[in-house]
Amino acid sequence: MVREITILPGWDKSGNREDFTDINLKAGETIAIVGPTGSGKTALITDIELLAQGDTATKRRVLLNGQLPGDEVRYNPAYKPIAMITQNTKCFTDLTTEEFLQIHARARRIADQKIIQDTISLANKFTGEKIKKDTKVSVLSGGQTRSLLIADAILIGAAPVILLDEIENAGIFKQEVVELIQDTGKIIIFVTHDPAIALLTKKRLIMGNGGVRKVIYQNELELRAAQKLLELDRQVGVIREEIRAGHVITKVNLA
Amino acid sequence: MIIAGPPSAGKTALTKQILKRFQGELRIAYLKIDVVKAFEDIELRKEFKIMTRKIYSGDLCPDHAAVMVLGDAVDWAESHGADLFIVESAGLCLRCAPYLNQGLGIVVLSSISGIHAPEKMGAMVSLADVAVVTKIDLVSQAEREVFIQKIAEVHPRVILMETNALQGTSLHRLYDLILGSPEIEKHNLVLKGSPPLGTCTICVGKKEVGWKHHFGVVKKLDGPLAEYLFRGE
Ligand SMILES: Nc1ncnc2c1ncn2[C@@H]1O[C@H](COP(=O)(O)OP(=O)(O)OP(=O)(O)O)[C@@H](O)[C@H]1O
Ligand SMILES: Nc1nc2c(ncn2[C@@H]2O[C@H](COP(=O)(O)OP(=O)(O)O)[C@@H](O)[C@H]2O)c(=O)[nH]1
Ligand SMILES: [Mg+2]
Ligand SMILES: [Mg+2]
Ligand SMILES: [Zn+2]
Repeated sequence: MVREITILPGWDKSGNREDFTDINLKAGETIAIVGPTGSGKTALITDIELLAQGDTATKRRVLLNGQLPGDEVRYNPAYKPIAMITQNTKCFTDLTTEEFLQIHARARRIADQKIIQDTISLANKFTGEKIKKDTKVSVLSGGQTRSLLIADAILIGAAPVILLDEIENAGIFKQEVVELIQDTGKIIIFVTHDPAIALLTKKRLIMGNGGVRKVIYQNELELRAAQKLLELDRQVGVIREEIRAGHVITKVNLA
Repeated sequence: MIIAGPPSAGKTALTKQILKRFQGELRIAYLKIDVVKAFEDIELRKEFKIMTRKIYSGDLCPDHAAVMVLGDAVDWAESHGADLFIVESAGLCLRCAPYLNQGLGIVVLSSISGIHAPEKMGAMVSLADVAVVTKIDLVSQAEREVFIQKIAEVHPRVILMETNALQGTSLHRLYDLILGSPEIEKHNLVLKGSPPLGTCTICVGKKEVGWKHHFGVVKKLDGPLAEYLFRGE
């Protein structure tokens, strides 16, 4: 079981040592990684996903429960305690959704076939356009692909650590995703440009020039700001769905 | 070390990472085998200042050509005092496999090459010691795991690793394997797999490395064309 992830400092893009001794992420915590585009957000979660040992561009090292992860854990998907949703919104694999999930379930040593349908149903909660089990994954839209991969990470990946790279950008129902994975006892890390998601997390890592610049802890006021933003978001969401459905907006009353 | 895999899989990109890692630590020789065109020897010699060569197989199966010239090539690498000899195959023939009974046999597969590639590639995958999956920066983690699972189903004992070969991520394990790889005993180099049937002595199953052991269409690392077209004994 993963109780804790420790990130040990590496070097930023200019070759300066990162200015922290270690960053600890604990089970049950939600973390946001924020910063301008190109600042190294994806590189940081990729380090976590690969359980980097000085062998990535940043030269960071990542420990599991305070210890060096063994080769089995690093290289065998069946033992990998980490599921990552990347910024990619395309699958190349020439398989149907059902076949794809079946093989992934096999990779993760899951025998129960019910998980396939459960995963597709969960994905369909995140996307407006429903995914069918015999649709090829290579023809799914960006939003459908993202939805499927998030559902897959939650149910088939079923990992105690989930890394999500900019889930807000794929035209999916992010509220549903955020609600579903809060309070699960997992370590959830969001790379995000979305203020509501950023403020909802317990810790915020601020990136710049390829390095971690600062760690900020959530306070009472920020939490209230987040609730406000969520309410606003919900209202925007309602209007978005009206527009998507081809309706005409007939009244304006945003809070 | 034999690096095999289809064209554009990332064999050269992986080679460059290995060269970067061992530059200044090991003397490295490199041979590229290809059918009609290859540029790697010039590129790698310029960038890493190592000994490089190439050979075109022309009408021969490139893996057969490799068997023919490898005896000479090992001598060549040895005569230059190489600690590590890297052979990058053309990666075309899917019936032969260029791996030897000694050293490391590495198959390079791109994670965007299609889910059936590991099964279609036959001995190139199933006889490798190590499989390196490249281009993981281009696909989702789930898709990578599905691809890796396919390889593991074709070859359950292979040592698997994934990398972004442009950056050389997560290759520590490969570097350890290279460092731990024992000395080659050059008079006892034999093909790991059984070659397919055909018309030369490699084709009919002789597995010894080096043109001296073969007749039919024979090819040397050096020497005039006419001499290696036919060497009946
Ligand atoms: N510490 C570092 N040292 C060297 N290169 C780095 C470092 N951090 C990031 N990079 C490289 O910089 C580039 C941009 O980084 P990255 O993709 O992580 O940015 P990002 O913050 O995710 O941007 P976006 O918001 O556009 O997704 C990548 O090629 C990455 O490998
Ligand atoms: N994005 C990405 N591109 C790669 C990777 N590995 C190789 N490439 C690119 O793929 C192309 C073919 O790679 P190359 O090493 O020449 O393949 P080879 O024919 O097997 O030697 C080149 O343009 C490389 O830059 C990788 O891991 N990620
Ligand atoms: Mg990014
Ligand atoms: Mg090449
Ligand atoms: Zn052949």
